[in-house]
Amino acid sequence: MAATTLALPPAEMPLPQEYRGHVGMWCLIIAESAIFTIFVVAYLYYAGKSLSGPTPAEVLHVPWFNSVCLFASSFTIVMAERAIVQGKTRPFGIWWLLTIALGAIFILGTAREWYHLIYDDGLTISSSLFGTTFYSLVGLHASHVIIGLTGLSIIMICTALGYVKQEHAPRIEVFAMYWHFVDAIWVVVLTVVYFVAR
Amino acid sequence: MSNAESVLKPTLVTMPPREATKPLFDRAHEWITTVDHKRLGILYIVYALVFLVIGGIEATIMRIQLAVPHAHFVSPQVFNQMFTMHGTTMIFFVAMPVLFGFANYFVPLMIGARDMAFPRLNAFSFWMSALGGIILYFSFLGGSGLYGAGSAPDVGWFAYAPLTSPAFSLGHSTDYWIIGLLVSGVGSIGTTLNIATTVLCMRCPGMTLGRMPLFAWLNLVMSGLVLVVVSPLTAAQIMLLVDRYLGGHFFDTQAGGSAVLWMHFFWIFGHPEVYVLIIPAFAFISEIVPVFSRKPIFGYSIMVAATVTIGFISLGVWAHHMFTVGMTSYGNAFFVGSTMAISVPTGIKIFNWLGTLWGGKIVFKTPMLFCIGFLFQFLIAGLTGIMLAAAPFDWQLGNSYFVVAHFHYVIVGGILFALFAAFYYWFPKMSGKMYDETLGKWHFWLFLIGFHLTFDFMHIPGVLGMPRRIYTYEPGRGWEIWNLIVSIGMLFQIIGVLIFVWNLVWSYFKGKAAGNDPWDAWTLEWSTASPPPEYNFATIPVVRSRRPLWDLKHPEDPDWKYE
Repeated sequence: MAATTLALPPAEMPLPQEYRGHVGMWCLIIAESAIFTIFVVAYLYYAGKSLSGPTPAEVLHVPWFNSVCLFASSFTIVMAERAIVQGKTRPFGIWWLLTIALGAIFILGTAREWYHLIYDDGLTISSSLFGTTFYSLVGLHASHVIIGLTGLSIIMICTALGYVKQEHAPRIEVFAMYWHFVDAIWVVVLTVVYFVAR
Repeated sequence: MSNAESVLKPTLVTMPPREATKPLFDRAHEWITTVDHKRLGILYIVYALVFLVIGGIEATIMRIQLAVPHAHFVSPQVFNQMFTMHGTTMIFFVAMPVLFGFANYFVPLMIGARDMAFPRLNAFSFWMSALGGIILYFSFLGGSGLYGAGSAPDVGWFAYAPLTSPAFSLGHSTDYWIIGLLVSGVGSIGTTLNIATTVLCMRCPGMTLGRMPLFAWLNLVMSGLVLVVVSPLTAAQIMLLVDRYLGGHFFDTQAGGSAVLWMHFFWIFGHPEVYVLIIPAFAFISEIVPVFSRKPIFGYSIMVAATVTIGFISLGVWAHHMFTVGMTSYGNAFFVGSTMAISVPTGIKIFNWLGTLWGGKIVFKTPMLFCIGFLFQFLIAGLTGIMLAAAPFDWQLGNSYFVVAHFHYVIVGGILFALFAAFYYWFPKMSGKMYDETLGKWHFWLFLIGFHLTFDFMHIPGVLGMPRRIYTYEPGRGWEIWNLIVSIGMLFQIIGVLIFVWNLVWSYFKGKAAGNDPWDAWTLEWSTASPPPEYNFATIPVVRSRRPLWDLKHPEDPDWKYE
């Protein structure tokens, strides 16, 4: 057989099969970014065009504590990744649990903020354009945090039951990419909602 | 060719015995639970063919209604539902799934892989797309909710605000449109993510990006486009749901919202979508033309560069659908310029196909006939595209039958002709049987005549001022004869498609065995059995050039010496 007896040609293979999870996640992140882009564009386009109050400047307060928690969770998940790459499942579980806790604090903080906005300031999704765009954009992000927390929790349960081992490190890394994306998008949403379009 | 076969013999795999002996239930169960890229590809294609017939029936109903003035074949309400469902069906449930089907089937085979990167995601994506189509068509039964007779969406395939607002769209017909497309959009994202990852990560040894068949390259570009353009539609449809169900104001002009913003969001998806559909059509042409010209493709790297350029520019042309809405002169100038610019890489591709034909030993088999038809018709479609890209011209003819004729020239004359070429070219590989060449030629000529009767003459009532989407018209405007010819052309197309379907079905059961490589072609899918075994290749191939099978058949003069 002519072809098989040839010496293997110097193949350009920058992305071997083991990386297909990473590549797939990058594709998902690109698609998700496009969804967020449209919501951000709508938010900016309608900024200041509401026919009735309240205005963002009156009711929005920068959620510093929440944001710091969410950004910190990116750090804890990196520590968890490092632990599992080295096969240390116990530190992995601890860092992973911390990540879940920080994400949960963020989502509870958002819930408190929304409660305050709805019942004290009278801002609802149907009250004005600001309400529609605000709850849609922040809600889109919050729903991504909830999806992320669900995934994190499933992996946590598997870890607690002793199923997660060193060989699963690449998959953990792929999932962590999604969590980093959720954090990175918050930088954009935070900037747009609480600083740019006040 | 016999020489080539003897060279190939050692790599051949014998087919397992046919499964016809298994009970029907088991076979159905296998198809429903399959994660094999070839079976999913066939599921996509068959699913799309079913919807092609449905969408074709809807078009026929419209053409019967418009054949003569003051016709009463259907009511205005039904006519609105027909053009909405026809457009939505043909784009989302025919063109996209059939192209995904071919990509699914042939990308792994062409790059020497045993399956897609994520087989289960592949199955999930197909069934999501299928669910989307079922949801859309359930609207005929359940569109208006609980109040008696159902109704299908009637807001047009681009569903402009405020037609979609609760005030103007009572009941649930519009919701079926939104949810059906939303669900199938998830399937599209999933399958293109899979195609992109497969092309990037699953290539066999030696299959560098520079040696990949153009088919794989073009489907990679198409996948990248889908990822960035289908998501904006999903986002816009989520906003529409917020408006309809949660009392939001995104597109509610009374509360300060903007109907024009919906147009922008829709066309940010809608225009690149045309390129999502035409780039795989280019991929078919780029594989078939060289084989039937007996020459390698002319200007391989320029073809890749032109495709990537088309992909990029297509993201910045959407507002040429909105010249008649009224934009600033700067906006108009930008979108005129970008739209005209996209004809440069497209022209490069046409010249490259001509360069491939030039001096070749052209074989006029059915796939090649459809390719030649494609070249002529796509050129004309491009020329009317340049006309409509000029904003002042568009102010005159926007929303007229001239526009309808233009985009059908692209979609039918371009994409559908390329698809028919692909069907005939790869049918022997997918079924293991040869199609009937005489019936194929009948299909080509009837469809060609029907296509030109319908869509050439459709330009004229447009120029005479006939707007699109009207359900009937007055006599005495000079539109009657043209509309009648357009409707008669439909008849030829229907007969052509019936012959095509008959040819596929008959050949599948009664056709001659095709053998592994009936066209003496050069890409890897022809090196394995027809139809390929579940694992595709017994041993993973190793390639050294863009035409691995040529190298195998001609060890004395392989391509890799020159590349």
